[in-house]
Amino acid sequence: MTTEPTTSTPPPAREVARPQRDRAGRVFAGLSTGAGALILVVLAAVAGFLLLEAWPAITAPAEQLSRISWIPADGSLLTYVGPLIFGTLVAAFLALLLAVPVAIGIALFISHYAPRRLANALGYVVDLLAAIPSVVYGLWGGLVLAPLVQPVWQWLSETLGWIPLFQGPAATPARVMMTVGVVLAVMILPIITAVSREVFLQTPRLHEEAALALGATRWEMVRMAVLPFGRSGVISAAMLGLGRALGETMAVLMILSPGLTYSLALLLAGRQQTIAANIALQFPEASPLGVSALIATGLALFVITLAVNMLARWVVARRADFSGAN
Amino acid sequence: MAQRIDVKDLDVYYGSFKAVADVSMMIEPRSVTALIGPSGCGKSTFLRTLNRMHEVLPGARVEGTVLMDGVDLYGNDVDPVAVRRQIGMVFQRPNPFPTMSIAENVLAGVRLNNRRISKSDAETLVEQSLVGANLWKEVKDRLDRPGSSLSGGQQQRLCIARAIAVKPQVLLMDEPASALDPISTLAIEDLIAELKNDYTIVIVTHNMQQAARVSDRTAFFNIAGTGEPGRLIEMDDTRTMFSTPSVQATEDYISGRFG
Ligand SMILES: Nc1ncnc2c1ncn2[C@@H]1O[C@H](COP(=O)(O)OP(=O)(O)OP(=O)(O)O)[C@@H](O)[C@H]1O
Ligand SMILES: [Mg+2]
Repeated sequence: MTTEPTTSTPPPAREVARPQRDRAGRVFAGLSTGAGALILVVLAAVAGFLLLEAWPAITAPAEQLSRISWIPADGSLLTYVGPLIFGTLVAAFLALLLAVPVAIGIALFISHYAPRRLANALGYVVDLLAAIPSVVYGLWGGLVLAPLVQPVWQWLSETLGWIPLFQGPAATPARVMMTVGVVLAVMILPIITAVSREVFLQTPRLHEEAALALGATRWEMVRMAVLPFGRSGVISAAMLGLGRALGETMAVLMILSPGLTYSLALLLAGRQQTIAANIALQFPEASPLGVSALIATGLALFVITLAVNMLARWVVARRADFSGAN
Repeated sequence: MAQRIDVKDLDVYYGSFKAVADVSMMIEPRSVTALIGPSGCGKSTFLRTLNRMHEVLPGARVEGTVLMDGVDLYGNDVDPVAVRRQIGMVFQRPNPFPTMSIAENVLAGVRLNNRRISKSDAETLVEQSLVGANLWKEVKDRLDRPGSSLSGGQQQRLCIARAIAVKPQVLLMDEPASALDPISTLAIEDLIAELKNDYTIVIVTHNMQQAARVSDRTAFFNIAGTGEPGRLIEMDDTRTMFSTPSVQATEDYISGRFG
């Protein structure tokens, strides 16, 4: 009975505060929706631009296209773009294959093995790698790394030459896909390492202790608690790296001796080329139709990158039930 | 399989902070020992020294001896990993591995010891452990679902199943029922009563009735003030502790006249 008055008249302060809170909430909701929409609009605009600019080349008669010096004699845009897509994917996945294990290793060392001081220093060095411009990587790759790795590639082709990937004799100088893969791997190492490290550091202490209390060694704890927890984060990190490797231009341009074939030989010169490097190479002297053809290859790169990212999302979502998120 | 634990003059530190001082106690095999005391008096800290989990925190260390059937767990040639394989632990918050299924969670510790357990052995063990933890009926049709899809009380019993699947000699439990509803709590208490036939159990609890219900012996810890280390005030048969304790502080704490 005595509480009745308080329930019938709510405190006045609340009535004043309420509309303000609602407005802040609405502003925030509006901003975040707007930002989301903006991203979609930008994406659509880029796709629209690429399509518009590429249209002349896509619709041009073969006879007209074949007059461009670097387009194959049959004048088909598809025969031109095919090997480029292939080369781009080979370069990017090779880089990923080389970088991911190393990045996971470094990230784990920093997050779970190294003493605090060393971990900080190492993290800093890895982050510095990200600050180096890609032209410098290109110069370094062409001038320093290529001569350095040539004997290694030679040895590879001599011992594992029966595998098509390592078919010899290894080219001299080593302006080959394998060298490009190594340089790209170094370039994407920092981002993959940094993201993985953050994810590994966020492994709940509770899960780590659960593993330790069962009698897990440190490595077993990493396998039981840290890696499964970080799995989706590492995949995202790898996709960030892959995105960078797919679009990397200067380093590839400065190292790779280009060619337009569907060859998987990583140690031979003049076999592959990537889309981005090819655009940079041909753009300065291209005719208007040539530019349009190049933009068509750019459109292909755009689609590939988008597809790769969607694939990654699908991989991550597939086992969302078992993720550490809940 | 159950073993006696003999703690002598144990001091426990976090860096330079002495959290627990001068504890000596005897923990009998096949019995339940309850650790009670006010918050911050070092019950969890002490419990974690019994399976060498304390030292996984940076700067944490222990002085004194913990003998399990005569062997000093802190001896130079003793591997902490081996100690933890013999002394299981259940934490205050349920912590099943979220990336593993229910069955995989139960087998997690077993796989560490013996990677090549056959499929049928594994199935038997999963069933045995889940039956032992009183969870089998509830989960037998969804063993391949993630452990995190269970309710809190079920998750805690899953953690108990995981701990007993490796057949430890001792089971340590840090407030295993503090986050659970009365029914799950009773289920876990029943479970403890059953488990004590095979295991030596040490349980930390804030719930006096629970301590009185499940334990054979009770140890009361207290702290003189902030910054002071926690100490073992008194340890006796639970019935004696709850009826005629010999120290006034124990009586005050148990009867709720504390602080
Ligand atoms: N990781 C840590 N680092 C430093 N000091 C700690 C750490 N964990 C606990 N302590 C300190 O050690 C003392 C004992 O803590 P402990 O967690 O063992 O208490 P408790 O008896 O389990 O309390 P509760 O009943 O609240 O769980 C406290 O003073 C606490 O602040
Ligand atoms: Mg505690």
